[in-house]
Amino acid sequence: MGQAEYVIEMNHITKQFGNFKANDDVTLKVKKGEIHALLGENGAGKSTLMSVLFGLYQPEQGEIRINGKAVKISNPNDANALGIGMVHQHFKLVHNFTVLESIVLGHETTKGGILRMAEARKKITGLSERYKFKIDPDAYISDITVGMQQRVEILKMLYCDNDILIFDEPTAVLTPQEIGELLKAMKQLVAEGKSIIFITHKLNEIKAVADRCSVLRKGKYIGTVEVETATKEMLSEMMVGRKVNFKPQKQPYQPGKTILEAKGVTVKSRYGKDVVSNVSFQVHAGEILTIAGIDGNGQSELVYALTGMIPMEAGSVSLNGRDITEDSIRRRSLAGMAHIPEDRHKDGLVLDYTLQENLILQNYFTQRFQKRGFLKFDAVRSYARGLIERFDIRSGQGEDSIVRGMSGGNQQKAIIARELDRDPEIVIAVQPVRGLDVGAIEYIHQQLIAQRDGKKAVLLVSLELDEVMEVSDRILVMYEGEIVADVKPEEITAEELGLYMAGAKRSVKNEA
Amino acid sequence: MKHKHHFFESEGFASFISSVLAIACGLLFGLGILFISNPSQAYGGFMMVVQGCFTDGLAGIGLMLYYAVPIIMTGLSVGFAFRTGLFNIGASGQFTAGAFAAVYVGVKWTFLPEGIHWLVAILAAMLAGALWGLIPGLLKAYRNVNEVIASIMMNYIGMYLVNYLVRNTIYDQMKNQSLGVKSSAYLPTAGLENIFAGSKLNIGIFIAILCVVIIHVLLSRTTFGYELKACGKNENACKYAGINAKRNVVLSMVIAGALSGIGGALLYLSNTGKYLQVLDVIAPEGFNGICVALLGQSSPIGILFAGLFIAYITVGGGNMQLFNFVPEVIDIIVAAIIYCGALSLLIRNLLERIKVKKRQARERGEGQR
Ligand SMILES: Nc1ncnc2c1ncn2[C@@H]1O[C@H](COP(=O)(O)OP(=O)(O)OP(=O)(O)O)[C@@H](O)[C@H]1O
Ligand SMILES: [Mg+2]
Repeated sequence: MGQAEYVIEMNHITKQFGNFKANDDVTLKVKKGEIHALLGENGAGKSTLMSVLFGLYQPEQGEIRINGKAVKISNPNDANALGIGMVHQHFKLVHNFTVLESIVLGHETTKGGILRMAEARKKITGLSERYKFKIDPDAYISDITVGMQQRVEILKMLYCDNDILIFDEPTAVLTPQEIGELLKAMKQLVAEGKSIIFITHKLNEIKAVADRCSVLRKGKYIGTVEVETATKEMLSEMMVGRKVNFKPQKQPYQPGKTILEAKGVTVKSRYGKDVVSNVSFQVHAGEILTIAGIDGNGQSELVYALTGMIPMEAGSVSLNGRDITEDSIRRRSLAGMAHIPEDRHKDGLVLDYTLQENLILQNYFTQRFQKRGFLKFDAVRSYARGLIERFDIRSGQGEDSIVRGMSGGNQQKAIIARELDRDPEIVIAVQPVRGLDVGAIEYIHQQLIAQRDGKKAVLLVSLELDEVMEVSDRILVMYEGEIVADVKPEEITAEELGLYMAGAKRSVKNEA
Repeated sequence: MKHKHHFFESEGFASFISSVLAIACGLLFGLGILFISNPSQAYGGFMMVVQGCFTDGLAGIGLMLYYAVPIIMTGLSVGFAFRTGLFNIGASGQFTAGAFAAVYVGVKWTFLPEGIHWLVAILAAMLAGALWGLIPGLLKAYRNVNEVIASIMMNYIGMYLVNYLVRNTIYDQMKNQSLGVKSSAYLPTAGLENIFAGSKLNIGIFIAILCVVIIHVLLSRTTFGYELKACGKNENACKYAGINAKRNVVLSMVIAGALSGIGGALLYLSNTGKYLQVLDVIAPEGFNGICVALLGQSSPIGILFAGLFIAYITVGGGNMQLFNFVPEVIDIIVAAIIYCGALSLLIRNLLERIKVKKRQARERGEGQR
């Protein structure tokens, strides 16, 4: 009996939602021991295809073969039994569980009905060491970063001895350092004989680790290429169907008056530690100010404080010269502060509302959409249609789509459309292109630059060096709650920036 | 072929059908129970249930409407809260508080003129119910106390406090119950007694329907409803959008409480010989409200029909006594229907799948042509 050439064969898969074909006759073949990249625009159907493989959806047509044998995968347990594990794009862990508990959840090792935690712990620490995950098994999920949570998800797959691993956009939530570590771990995994399907929008990651790459566009299979011989331009053209401009165009930098000013902002964590200490800066009209830094150095808390989502311990914030430190979130928003939040599912969207309902989340109460407390449904619908059209938000049922069923990138586009359309004085955008395809990134960056060129201010929080270097006018680096550098992108190299981010260098004194 | 949007494929139809199927399952189960408890009479008794109020003609229908009023109100209370993300298990306490306030006003405030008296009594009940909702609402919003726990407590406090208050203010010692309300506090019958001769019907049913319509409009058409539902679905996103989520939690519980409170008034202001009993029993109307909300899938219109249906079955159950069945059996059957109601979601999913299969078949057929 010969070894099958492919560990996974998904032949002519069609998956529909209502009348909408999310996958239309898609074929995907993965060889044993390879990293197979899956590339496609937001909403191209990548996650859907993987959900079919993982047994979350039943395809209307097509067959799946694992190691040459046709199989039926009706639910994730079947997938697990076939050795298929998946890290979901928007994974969900139970917050008040520890790392250890989350991993063994559902796979409890028991003996005589008693949990054998010690054994599980040993296996997990072993795995964590082997792949350099540096995970603390007793930390609570709610206390660790998203990056760490993802490692927990990966450990979960490895803990169940899966050997076909699906990574759905794992790098979207990681810092550059973490990405490097993850890619290394993936290499190590395939070297040990596992096979990996790797979904990402970042072409250099594909170039760095993948052996072959399959491309989807609007639910259809476009083709598979050897990564060795493919260029980034080729791949993006296959995926978007047109040439993509990687370097955004902007007008010369001419900062105007101060729009947003933070003075001595200090935020304490739940445990009384300073997570943001004495941070001061100004964002000017016609400027994109980027706060760079490794995840977890206080950027999230700083933004939450600026937008009024959490209280500040000390300091003040002013917008267009007016002190807004004591203002409610609503008043800040009305004063012209737009916020593209870091966690789009937690803060940015009501997932069980329709797209149109989400698009009016910041202005449903204005005269435009209500009269004497009654919503004007026609106005809402036509407004939503306009935004959908202008921002190219793709979904199955247009403005009536439930947002939960939309692809991650299109959910993000919905938020961006909503926030930018309010014509804000300042846009505070936290990782706005996380999880977006190259075409969409190009578009979002253009939009942010358009704000800037229109003499508005943009405060961008980014973990990605490329983005930081390409779109910013000025860069602040945050490390352990403090600003350690205030530089211009043309005065600094990516390597230097990395040093600041890692805390190995600092050029700004904290005059406390 | 251009896709036609079939009524049979619409959302509303799916919920409706699943509720109907749930009811059918419950009835079958009930039939089983009847056969076990008394095989010879089972069929006759069962027909009584199925015929419900129609056994007694218009009087029966009147009786059904009368029974439906309080449970529609408590059902609305539970369902409304649920739509805003709160589990209001305290409908009983709110109902009792409302009932007391209404009866108190009915007995004591005799200075009020005819035509106003009953209205004031209802308003008092509304306020009392609202107060009983307010407390768990405040605790939930500002102290993060789970509303289920808080409202269970409020059920007990309501029951004992009302017993105490009845004893000390409007007590009929002979009968261990409240005094009868003055006739000006009775709900007007508005000629309904002529149509549904021999029944206890009054305008309570119209008030209940009015409440259903108001809540329906509130939830589906207003910005306030938009906010409330959004908070129920994602509190963080509400905060992000500058919606005062805490205030909305409080308001939502207050409205839910007011609805239950009105329910209490509508029951005890009927001229039907109903008095507040001094008993250590939590008002069952509150729990029936949970059933009604469940069966009505928390939609106001659904709740209206669910309330009518349970009342229909209850009337039928009363008639079963003709066949020597104990009243408890009817309770079991109603309970069975409710359990099946919980299964209705399952049935819905099943329908969904059949629908998809059918469409596939259809499209495949078209593909071959
Ligand atoms: N459960 C669902 N119900 C309805 N439509 C859905 C559902 N899941 C996905 N879709 C639709 O199918 C399409 C493909 O979605 P999918 O999540 O597979 O995209 P994707 O390629 O993973 O995109 P992204 O890169 O943004 O994550 C989208 O248009 C989405 O709106
Ligand atoms: Mg996806």
